Amino acid sequence: MISQAVPQASIYLPHLAELIRIEPIAEREKVFEFRLKDGKELGHKPGQFVELSIFGIGEAPISLSSSPTKKGSFELAVRNVGNVTNALHNLDIGATVGIRGPFGNGFPVDNLKGKDIVIVAGGIGLFPLRSLINYILDKRSEFGRLIILSGSRTPQERMFVNELEKWHKREDVELLETVDEGDEEWTGHVGVVTTLSSEVHIDPEKIFAVVVGPPVMYKFVVAECHKKGIPDERIIMSLERRMKCGIGKCGHCQINGVYVCQEGPVFTYAEVKKLREAI
Amino acid sequence: MENKIIEKQNMAPFVDNLINAEAEVIGPKRKDGKYAFDKLIETGELCLDYDTTLLPPKMYLFPPKETLIKFELGKEPEVEPVVEAKPLILFGVHPYDIKAIELLDVAFSTTNPDINYLSKREKAVIIGVDCLNPNPNAFCPSLGTATAETGFDLMLTDIGDSYVVAIGSSKGEQLLTKYAETREASQVELAQRNSERQKALARYKVTLNISPEELPQLLDKSWDSPWWKEKSEKCLSCGSCIVVCPTCFCFDVQDDVTLNLKEGERYRQWDGCMLVDFAAVAGGGNFRGDKESRFRHRMYRKGKYIWERYGKLGCVGCGRCASACLAEIASPAETFNRLKEESK
Ligand SMILES: Cc1cc2nc3c(=O)[nH]c(=O)nc-3n(C[C@H](O)[C@H](O)[C@H](O)COP(=O)(O)OP(=O)(O)OC[C@H]3O[C@@H](n4cnc5c(N)ncnc54)[C@H](O)[C@@H]3O)c2cc1C
Ligand code: SF4
Ligand code: SF4
Ligand code: FES
Repeated sequence: MISQAVPQASIYLPHLAELIRIEPIAEREKVFEFRLKDGKELGHKPGQFVELSIFGIGEAPISLSSSPTKKGSFELAVRNVGNVTNALHNLDIGATVGIRGPFGNGFPVDNLKGKDIVIVAGGIGLFPLRSLINYILDKRSEFGRLIILSGSRTPQERMFVNELEKWHKREDVELLETVDEGDEEWTGHVGVVTTLSSEVHIDPEKIFAVVVGPPVMYKFVVAECHKKGIPDERIIMSLERRMKCGIGKCGHCQINGVYVCQEGPVFTYAEVKKLREAI
Repeated sequence: MENKIIEKQNMAPFVDNLINAEAEVIGPKRKDGKYAFDKLIETGELCLDYDTTLLPPKMYLFPPKETLIKFELGKEPEVEPVVEAKPLILFGVHPYDIKAIELLDVAFSTTNPDINYLSKREKAVIIGVDCLNPNPNAFCPSLGTATAETGFDLMLTDIGDSYVVAIGSSKGEQLLTKYAETREASQVELAQRNSERQKALARYKVTLNISPEELPQLLDKSWDSPWWKEKSEKCLSCGSCIVVCPTCFCFDVQDDVTLNLKEGERYRQWDGCMLVDFAAVAGGGNFRGDKESRFRHRMYRKGKYIWERYGKLGCVGCGRCASACLAEIASPAETFNRLKEESK
């Protein structure tokens, strides 16, 4: 009658993890580095997420921001917007949190191998994309060109400034940055992220675009990709939805028949355009 | 399937034996002029000729509120899973509710098996009873849920002076052998069961003008119908339709801490897509912020999404939602029939 035997373990039980480093990266954003208390590796793919618990407050889905090539610990970059994220921001080093996951499909790194990649990051879209960027940099010879287009609202809201500087200096990374609104000190590009596109020359036959940003960004970036001749199957995006369970049970993350926590959060535009209410 | 007979005068002793000897027995009882599943203290409370219950029996397998983990707070927090499951007999479950439980079995065991549901389910015995007195909003025959061939341990049918008992599992058979006085069912009695079921079919007032297999296709064509906006305008976003539904299984998860802040628990509670915040995210976004999209989403789950994902219908036609909805808009039958009209 029941198609599966009763499982041994609860899918709702988090692993315990210790907070080992905190680094502020912008006004409301910090990076948190964790180590699982049982000494195991998290074992994630770039683009996957965890359910982070602050016991007594609740759980929130947060993308892995570190690359799986970094062993022994993992990083989450988090914007303080509500209950769980605020409680996390108030923790001190040594604190214990709960971690379930990694969940979701992640970026299709195997398909990206040998290809040129243009990464388009809007705001905190850089949090999950940083995992992919550092993964590619650690396995640099396995990938083609790496172009990064990163947009922030203001110069103060640029995330991971140190890392951006490092990427700027590398010969094998083409990084273009922009801010929506500059200030006196900002000498770089001003305009939304799509305005960088005229400065980029690509070979549409061998490029993948990987796009993560606020919901409003996707339509504009897709239009730019189309102008450059990138087909829908090679435009990759990660979608945000409300999530409670992370494992295909609670229904909160559903877009049409799709559970974003299961079949996503990473989709090709070819998949996304078949969904109503997706972007 | 093997069939036995329990004479009506032998039914009370059977139920009493179950209550006294076996496990907690849950059955439909009268409540404020309606019916509700509740723990049976004595056989007399059991109403086997009810039309439908306010809440479905799923509440004993997937409770309205259920603890998932417990934790101790402090410098070194400790967590443990909480899985509460005790032997339970669900007595007098209608076929549509049995079909709904079969859907929950699939939903909770697929991909990431859910120990909280499956442990309760494993310990539950289901004794069904055919619904011969359907409620006016039900449309089970149109969905093939008026009778059930699987999903029960025993299935009773009232044929006048006695019940025919179909045996659905060895567990069910053991309970009969141990606690009930039965005899073999004759061909005449089995024919009587058929005729009772046939007569019941004629008592349903609502019919779906489309076969369930065609629903996904119909909905594929109906996304842009004016119906969604028109009909949903009256919606109060009260969530009654999802609370009473036997096939709804979405939930919210929350933490609670004790007053001394030393320990707490994480629990889940029923939640559903007709409530305003169901798809709201941080930063003020809401992916289904208007009534129209929530109303449509629920109907698509009932007629298409669940079917495509789990191979079972997302609606069993019990009619509870239609009875519960003050705005009189919640019945999937009305919506599906209307869309069928539009598609002609
Ligand atoms: C796959 C995925 C990956 C993500 N990755 C990251 C990441 O790497 N970094 C990051 O910072 N964020 C990430 N997010 C977003 C993050 O999950 C949310 O910001 C987080 O869940 C907020 O939780 P909270 O408890 O802090 O906020 P909450 O207290 O839950 O809410 C914050 C705000 O959300 C709104 N809200 C919440 N609940 C309701 C409700 N019931 N009704 C109306 N409004 C409501 C309100 O405006 C509220 O102020 C990700 C989300 C997903 C789905
Ligand atoms: S949608 Fe309505 S009729 Fe269908 S199973 Fe749920 S409550 Fe019953
Ligand atoms: S459809 Fe009816 S029962 Fe459901 S939320 Fe709207 S008003 Fe409430
Ligand atoms: S987050 Fe619960 S189903 Fe996806």
